[in-house]
Amino acid sequence: MDFDLSEDERALADGMRRLCQGRFPLARLRAGEGDRLLDRAAWAELAGAGVFSLRAPEASGGAALGMAQAAVVFEELGRALVAGPLVASHLAAGLVEGAADGEVVVGVVRRGGPSRPALVAHLESLGALLVLDDNGLYRVDPSSIDSRPVERSVDPLTPLWQVVLPEGEAVADAAGAASFGRDHAVLSSALLVGMASATLDMAVAYATTREQFGRPIGAFQAVKHLCADMLVRADTARCAVWGAALTIDQPDVGDGDRAAAGAALLAVEAASANAKSCIQVHGGMGFTWEVPAHLYLMRSRLVAESLEPTGALADTVAERF
Amino acid sequence: MDLRYTGAEEQFRLELRRWLARTLPTLGPKPSPMDWPARRAYDTAWQRMLYDAGYGGIDWPVEGGGRGAGPVEHLVYLEELERAGAPYVGVNFVGLLHAGPTIVAEGTAEQRARFLPPILRGEQVWCQGFSEPGAGSDLAALRTRAVRDGEDYVVSGSKIWTSHAEVADLCELLVRTGPENSRHGGITWLAMPMEASGIEVRPMRTMAGSTEFAELFMDEVRVPVANRVGPENDGWRVTMVTLSFERGTAFVGELLQSMELLRSMRSLAQRLGMWEDAETRRRLGRLGAELDGLWAMTRRTVSQAARGGAPGVGGSVFKLAFSELRQRIGQYGVDLLGPAALAWDELDPADGGAPLGNAELVDTWVNGFSRTIAAGTSQIQRNIVAERILGLPKG
Repeated sequence: MDFDLSEDERALADGMRRLCQGRFPLARLRAGEGDRLLDRAAWAELAGAGVFSLRAPEASGGAALGMAQAAVVFEELGRALVAGPLVASHLAAGLVEGAADGEVVVGVVRRGGPSRPALVAHLESLGALLVLDDNGLYRVDPSSIDSRPVERSVDPLTPLWQVVLPEGEAVADAAGAASFGRDHAVLSSALLVGMASATLDMAVAYATTREQFGRPIGAFQAVKHLCADMLVRADTARCAVWGAALTIDQPDVGDGDRAAAGAALLAVEAASANAKSCIQVHGGMGFTWEVPAHLYLMRSRLVAESLEPTGALADTVAERF
Repeated sequence: MDLRYTGAEEQFRLELRRWLARTLPTLGPKPSPMDWPARRAYDTAWQRMLYDAGYGGIDWPVEGGGRGAGPVEHLVYLEELERAGAPYVGVNFVGLLHAGPTIVAEGTAEQRARFLPPILRGEQVWCQGFSEPGAGSDLAALRTRAVRDGEDYVVSGSKIWTSHAEVADLCELLVRTGPENSRHGGITWLAMPMEASGIEVRPMRTMAGSTEFAELFMDEVRVPVANRVGPENDGWRVTMVTLSFERGTAFVGELLQSMELLRSMRSLAQRLGMWEDAETRRRLGRLGAELDGLWAMTRRTVSQAARGGAPGVGGSVFKLAFSELRQRIGQYGVDLLGPAALAWDELDPADGGAPLGNAELVDTWVNGFSRTIAAGTSQIQRNIVAERILGLPKG
């Protein structure tokens, strides 16, 4: 057993972090606020870095890595708040031609109840849309969908469309859909862990420099303890996500469904609670548009809503524990 | 990253599992928790069995008489003991996990030869005299004085929260040898024989009704200078050195036991007809997810230790999370039981089936309250995490 990043995995994480810092600094992402189309040059760069083809076989141009390595990469993408249907496009490699090399952007949406409005992110950038339900995974042509744009998305970096979901063409049966959903949960959780770490770093940086009563606010235990709890949540969720990803790669070590559902529960909580604490630590500035804490809060909502509801995740753990 | 065990690790597991299957049935019945002499006899007999089989001092270095197992083997060892329902370390806790490792690291050859073998063989029991009525979270404020008189120190003062004091042979004692305000720089580590005259042990009753720990009063107790480990006034460092032995395994048994406990709570919820209630079910699912997360964290910490990484303050992250989770698990248990959680003794099951297990769940709930206090309160742990990991300024 050696459950920590290997040298290669650390290099992978560092490389992805450098790419994100250089290519997707928050200022640049924010310049795209309100854009309804994805920056395809940026998407091509992500593809070039292997974000979508990481787990594809070497014969088809992939790196033949596992879920554990993908989780390491997706944590960095989450930390940098990179926009777009990253997880869906990654999971579509091998399922949708052109997804692995970034030629085709692929989205996924979960089919809800009949009276629940269906929302799809980045619809006009999508070359394919996958619809996930309990019976299977279905492919839909995005251009054929009856849709109308949502004027204001809570995540300013993620445009939404309200759609009427058609049946679509089945590309996976119930079992395939379940494993797609499980992998989707794990990589989405990795994004959430990255966000939970980013808001922790922001809160700590602010608490170290912002002074009141003649000293940094981080010297007060009330603020310190908020930050300590943020670290506990982010780090526990990170361990859970690594564990779930590796359990999928090495099925003999445990129950991947239980691990994935549990990791998602912890990651959703870590990202949303840490965003909230980050806003709180920033005081009045935390409630402004200028401080990006709200972007993390809203993105964590968006990612959480792409997963099964937390009640269903908790049921999965409860039944399989 | 790799979660699979190596062939050697699996071989170690298999041999241990076979030995446990042979040995555990030969162990006598568990003593009453209130009967300390019987508990001592039981725990030390178990330690002797471990020693004879080569498992005493599993993680101690070979030169200290231990097996020198690496962190991953140590984890496997704890997993297997828990799986087999083997006894806990019990009264051997301080000797095996604290005083012994301190002497291994800082003791002289003579001290090692004198103190270590009796710990490993289950012949001597140690207790810990660190905290004082006026020095809890602020341990460096301790005031128990030791004054040099020829070949002895003369010790006067009092200690508190001393577990197993009534049945201990030796006490690892922190005393003030420097000036009154010397703080960390004026503390000395002594091995105090508990049969010395001038020691009074006064058991304290906990809110759980048991006497898990005691107050210790020392009135001019003579402790030989030969029992001082490390230099005079260097006791703080000597004590902290032991913490560097911690490899993430401190709570493995309790963590795995908590998982088993949660499964038994699920059975109870099903039996009580509460499993169809979504809130009941999902609360358990969330608790399970947190346990799984902390189990993953444990495996990461152990793996980091196995790579030779410096043991950091990561233990504070785990301790903070686990102690609070344990309390929530305790609360879940009494919420399931309802009125049956009002009784300490086992109630007659109304359905005529097996016992409900209410006594154990009440015990888990009540004892949970100590977990966020003992070995560093959650508030102190948060300060440690914030200052030493996150680098926030000291208040």
